[in-house]
Amino acid sequence: MFSRIFKRKSYPKYWLDYVEKVSTCEKYYNYESIRFVVLDTETTGFDYENDRMLCIGAVAIKNNKILVTDSFEVYIKQDVFNKETVKIHGIRKNGTETKMSEEEALIAFIEYLDDAVIIAHHTAFDLNMINTALRRINLGPLISKQLDTNYIYKKLSPKNRHNKVFSLDNLCNEYGVTMHDRHTASGDALLTALVFLKLTNQYKKNNALNIFDLVNTNYNLNK
Amino acid sequence: MKNTIAERILDFLKDYPPFNLIQKDTLLEIAKKVEIHYFEKDQIIFSQNDTPHEHFYIVNEGVIRLYRFAEGKKHIVDICDEGDLFGLRPLIMKENYLMGAAANEESIIYAIPIHLFNDIILNFPKVSQFLIASFATNTRDPFSEKHKGKLFANIKAIKKVENSFIETQSAKYTKNPITCSANITIQEAAIIMTKNVINSIVIANNNIPIGIITDKDIRTKIGTGLFKITDTVETIMASPVVTFPENITVAEAQIARLKHKVSHLCITKDGTNTSELVGILSEHDLNLIQGNNPLLLIKEIKQAKDAETLKYIRSKAAELTKGYIEQEIPIYFVTKVISEINTAITKSAIELSIQEIGTKPPVNYSWFAVGSQGRKEQLLMTDQDNALVFENVTESEYENVKAYFLKLATKVTEKLNIVGFDYCPANIMASNPKWCLSIDEWKQQFKEWIKDPIPEKILLSIIFYDFELIYGNKELYNKMATSVLKYIKKNQIFLSFLGKVTLDNPPPLGFFKQFLVEQDGENKDNFDIKSRAIRPLVDAARIFSLYHGLQINNTIARYKKLMEVEPQNKDLFESCSNAFKILLTFRTSQGLANNDSGKFVDINSLSKADRLKLKSCFNPIKNVQEALKIRFKTTQIG
Repeated sequence: MFSRIFKRKSYPKYWLDYVEKVSTCEKYYNYESIRFVVLDTETTGFDYENDRMLCIGAVAIKNNKILVTDSFEVYIKQDVFNKETVKIHGIRKNGTETKMSEEEALIAFIEYLDDAVIIAHHTAFDLNMINTALRRINLGPLISKQLDTNYIYKKLSPKNRHNKVFSLDNLCNEYGVTMHDRHTASGDALLTALVFLKLTNQYKKNNALNIFDLVNTNYNLNK
Repeated sequence: MKNTIAERILDFLKDYPPFNLIQKDTLLEIAKKVEIHYFEKDQIIFSQNDTPHEHFYIVNEGVIRLYRFAEGKKHIVDICDEGDLFGLRPLIMKENYLMGAAANEESIIYAIPIHLFNDIILNFPKVSQFLIASFATNTRDPFSEKHKGKLFANIKAIKKVENSFIETQSAKYTKNPITCSANITIQEAAIIMTKNVINSIVIANNNIPIGIITDKDIRTKIGTGLFKITDTVETIMASPVVTFPENITVAEAQIARLKHKVSHLCITKDGTNTSELVGILSEHDLNLIQGNNPLLLIKEIKQAKDAETLKYIRSKAAELTKGYIEQEIPIYFVTKVISEINTAITKSAIELSIQEIGTKPPVNYSWFAVGSQGRKEQLLMTDQDNALVFENVTESEYENVKAYFLKLATKVTEKLNIVGFDYCPANIMASNPKWCLSIDEWKQQFKEWIKDPIPEKILLSIIFYDFELIYGNKELYNKMATSVLKYIKKNQIFLSFLGKVTLDNPPPLGFFKQFLVEQDGENKDNFDIKSRAIRPLVDAARIFSLYHGLQINNTIARYKKLMEVEPQNKDLFESCSNAFKILLTFRTSQGLANNDSGKFVDINSLSKADRLKLKSCFNPIKNVQEALKIRFKTTQIG
């Protein structure tokens, strides 16, 4: 992963800062001081190469608290358009939201992300989308530690852990999280954050709640 | 920029007072600053007498109950559901919470920063009216029966209860005690005592107390023939007397009695022994009074009906610890009292959990504490370490029996967590299927550990060699303890491995006699008093006790017994015991001062005297480790 970083002659300061911050982060040993960023993206579709991100929504968690003041929401101008998915996320091509270019959105996101640990539901999808977008500006991939509420849930419920993929709807129903703003990036990020709080509350009863064990619930994400 | 989450919160807040009185753009700014907290059923948000939080709260989903302890009883003050505010006290006055708040069911609450509201109160008079009114009504029952209907009277009413609560804690002593002069005979004094049915008499000069005679003096000094009944009282009285001012509290009196080892305290006008005597406070008087008396705390624990009452009692016990340490009460006594309280809390948590399940345990079992609680050395709130053993059952019954005990243990650990004992980070808890086993499974487990002592397994298992029965069947516990000691006796080489592992503890001092501090991590430059100084002494005591097959868990008690068993090493063990007492006291006072576990000490913040005191404890560590090396030939193990 570093080889690609070093191939490029010069890197923008925000990227170097990000790499530096994540690699020297000392917070991991104290769970309460770790900043988590729970994120979700809305996209034109599921094809990493041809589809595009329309929105990134995120909210931070620290010491088991969701910090609304530390949240993030950007809408992205894209040429790619898919009227089928508008039905799901409701972001129209010329909607009323203030939109920015993909590069501007990525820069803002990287600065917001800082040294946080990423949480999402089906994290691989959102991270692939973000990393593919970063590649278009010759950066990436993200090196932050990553968690997936789907994997944490599977670790906690040993039944059917191997063959079933649980949707965010499944988990919200199971944990009694009232669904609002489903299929908006920020709305889903908030639901994922609530699910994460409930999961970790359950998890810590029979496991040490530390970031190293949590990331080990993953199969294919940065640890 | 669009903020979907803040809009969602605004959408919730705008329907409830006082937020419905605030204009939308201001409210959106508030919504952006909200924190969202999640609580499981019975988790505590804040406790009575906690220092105020920086937020007040509104229930988003679920139900929060507010409760208050007064006159030894828990009162439910209010039940808040969706849209209700609580924790407003810091908004009105910067004082500690007058009541506790806990989740009555799983709840999500929004925390709203108080500093934002200070401006709002100024700019929106209706909001401040509402807050004051709801602050008053939120605290209605049961303190204000007579103040009903008077909106603003309640704060005062509560304060009054608060004060009378403190008053009940101040000690009640016998006023105007009977005195005599110094030159009467012992016989005359004994006649006065018998006539008035009192067990002590103060010898006074112009009502200034100069000495005291008790029943005990007459037994030990006259009955034994040391003095004659015709001698003057002056010859046998205890002098000077221990004096205190009139407003002495129960806690102070308890401590004074323990400290001075006297059964009676004289109460004088200004608290010195040169002022007029106004009363006498005996051991008997003290036992009658409610307060932070360990015995009464234990009684309260037995009567507690839920975890938050237990938490409240435990916080009183913490105050007790603080007082004991400040007054330099011997640490052995303090650990005993606190361990008894912790044990009583665990027992109560088990009984409450069985009630909740609704069916009695299917077979005999015992719950035991391991690690520091097992050694009865827990002074501060630390992690819970526990395990469970149940009777052997047939294969067909096993699954159901184990399921019952796991369910029970999960409930108990949840309750202990609420009380303030954190979940064990290494998951050494009875709720873990690995540590909730039948007696045969436990024996098998110990056999494996002892026969195949590889370092990783020893490190894991070490905590289990300090196990103490907390609740349940004593026979099961004894069986287990005896079989462990038996296996060790057969496999003495195990002790060499155990010795080797414990000698790997990091040393306290470097080559130049400087404190070795942590090199990195969160506690960089702090001294790890637990691992570097206390643990080596605990470990050594354990190995020597296992070697002699002693079924004792407490470190001080272990050294005491070892002094008897190995008289040739009496000095060594005595110095270890003393060093351990000093270190434990030190750790506890550090922990109380910093409100943490006291594991790490900032060496630079210590006075020179304290540093020297600490260092003086390191010689015994070195000596006992040398003794371990020789006795158990640890160097011969690779």
